[in-house]
Amino acid sequence: MSAVTLDRAQPAGGVSSRRVGASSRTRFFNALCGTVVVLFALIWLVPLAWALVTSLRPEGEITTNPTSWWTSHWTLSGYRQVIDSSDLLVWYMNSFITSAVSAALSVLTCSMAGFALARTRFKGRRFMLGLLLAGLVIPPQVLIIPMFQEFTALHLTNTYWSLILPTAPNVVAVFVFMTFFRGIPTSLGDAARVDGAGWFRLYRTVYMPLSRPAISAVAILTFVWTWNNFLWPLLVLSSTKTMTIPVGLASVASGYGAHYAEVMASAVLGALPLFAVFVLFQRQIIEGVTSTGLKG
Amino acid sequence: MVTDTIAGPTGTAPARTASRRSRTPTESFTGRRTGPWMTAPFMVLYLLFLIGPLIYGIVMSFFNSSIVHSGLGRFAGVSNYREALTDSAFWQSMWHTVLFTIFTTPPLVILAFVLALLTERIRHGRWFYRFAFFAPYVVPSAAVVLIWLWIYTPAVGLATKWLSAFGITAPNWLGSADWGMISVSLLTIWWTIGFNFILYLAALQEIPREIYDAASVDGASGFATMWRITLPLVGRTTALVIALQIIASLKVFDQIYLLLSGGPNLSTRPALEYVYDVGFTDYRAGYAAAASMIYFLAILLASIVWLIFSRVRVKEEAA
Repeated sequence: MSAVTLDRAQPAGGVSSRRVGASSRTRFFNALCGTVVVLFALIWLVPLAWALVTSLRPEGEITTNPTSWWTSHWTLSGYRQVIDSSDLLVWYMNSFITSAVSAALSVLTCSMAGFALARTRFKGRRFMLGLLLAGLVIPPQVLIIPMFQEFTALHLTNTYWSLILPTAPNVVAVFVFMTFFRGIPTSLGDAARVDGAGWFRLYRTVYMPLSRPAISAVAILTFVWTWNNFLWPLLVLSSTKTMTIPVGLASVASGYGAHYAEVMASAVLGALPLFAVFVLFQRQIIEGVTSTGLKG
Repeated sequence: MVTDTIAGPTGTAPARTASRRSRTPTESFTGRRTGPWMTAPFMVLYLLFLIGPLIYGIVMSFFNSSIVHSGLGRFAGVSNYREALTDSAFWQSMWHTVLFTIFTTPPLVILAFVLALLTERIRHGRWFYRFAFFAPYVVPSAAVVLIWLWIYTPAVGLATKWLSAFGITAPNWLGSADWGMISVSLLTIWWTIGFNFILYLAALQEIPREIYDAASVDGASGFATMWRITLPLVGRTTALVIALQIIASLKVFDQIYLLLSGGPNLSTRPALEYVYDVGFTDYRAGYAAAASMIYFLAILLASIVWLIFSRVRVKEEAA
């Protein structure tokens, strides 16, 4: 269930002229609103900030004064411990490879299907659209049992493919591309067709270069979900060498016991790569979410 | 097709047909041969990893399949369904899922709207609020739970310390059935509110300023403006946010499994974890498949009810 409205116009920033001639009462009200939202934002940042601070404090100090926000002995020993004692770097690599390949595969297959459905007319096209619409209401989570049997039979458990293949049938992405391609005037393609370009070339040289927003939305969001996927990787990954960040973190978490600096260091390290992705691509992620309503 | 007559029979335009070689004129205008090929990669993956497993799951639910053996096993008729429907543990897990949805949906919709409304009024540094509310959404569930386990730790955790600073005795966050569900709901609100928040923020930014100006010229109070203008204008977003949120909450697994392991005493175990337990701990794949199908039907029913409900509302608004 998702709305596909990629053609949404960009909102104009600023509300500055809205409250013209504000009386002192509305000014007070505005200040109150501002204070409330600042408070909420700070509350929202507390867990992350506290995790970061704790991860940088010496273990001994945490034991004596667990909730302090300060130390005079900042240290990275928690991080060193985590990296030395676990396969974290391998998990990073596994997460990165599977997420990147999933994103690329989704963009490629979904955009081709979206293009064919938007621009070509073939027998069975309506049936195909109906089949895809039906797929929208199937949560992949209810398929874990038959999927597990399937991947066991294919001898694909504990491989990258077991993580990549199930992320590919993303129906919403097909509809995102289809809607986007429909918004591109056919006259652009007609010129290329007069020159004798086939459909594949039309797709590759005219439509895809014009679809940067749709491509980045699907690619980034697929990357983030694949990275954060937990239940399915938990089922198909049993060897520590093939684990991804979320499954790996969950598997070692119990081992740290009361070593809070290490626990928090592992949480920070787990959050760090996607945080970087978020900071770098904040605009694309937010545009992607608001224009497609894609939710993992 | 009109385009066919424009292209003409092959013989009339020899120069152009030569450049197109194997493609018939209709092909170059409708793509009836290339179209299926372009959908093929997606459709193969779609049939193999979504529709196929669904059909196999339905078939499996009528057999006594095991997760450790290949093949379907012995035919069981409807006995898996009969057993699931009469198993109180299954219904309890379904109820926990519903309870989690009831606990998380209203705050995640209402609070997201309020925060977006407040943020929208702010003139400077809106990126900061977007960052603060949306950043947790990209953190993996395992990392989120590690942080919150530490916050909920009895005696030394942040939640306990802060409450005692106000003279309130902290509850047993993770140790009791009632508080377990509340604790995991609080975590979920913190973790996922950013998604609904930015949907609302985008919707609010699309409301033309002139409408508000007109309302204030007419002397509308702030409350009336909000009730009569803002709320109806974000109505479509609200419908979308509620639908996505209910479906997302009904699919809960990660945070309850990681934070509470469905405990204490299975008192928070969601439906998906029930499926996981009977499938991968008891190895009863056929039975687990039957339980997943009932669970799937429940989610489907919720989506359909919502669809009908929002259709009716749209019609009423149009009338």
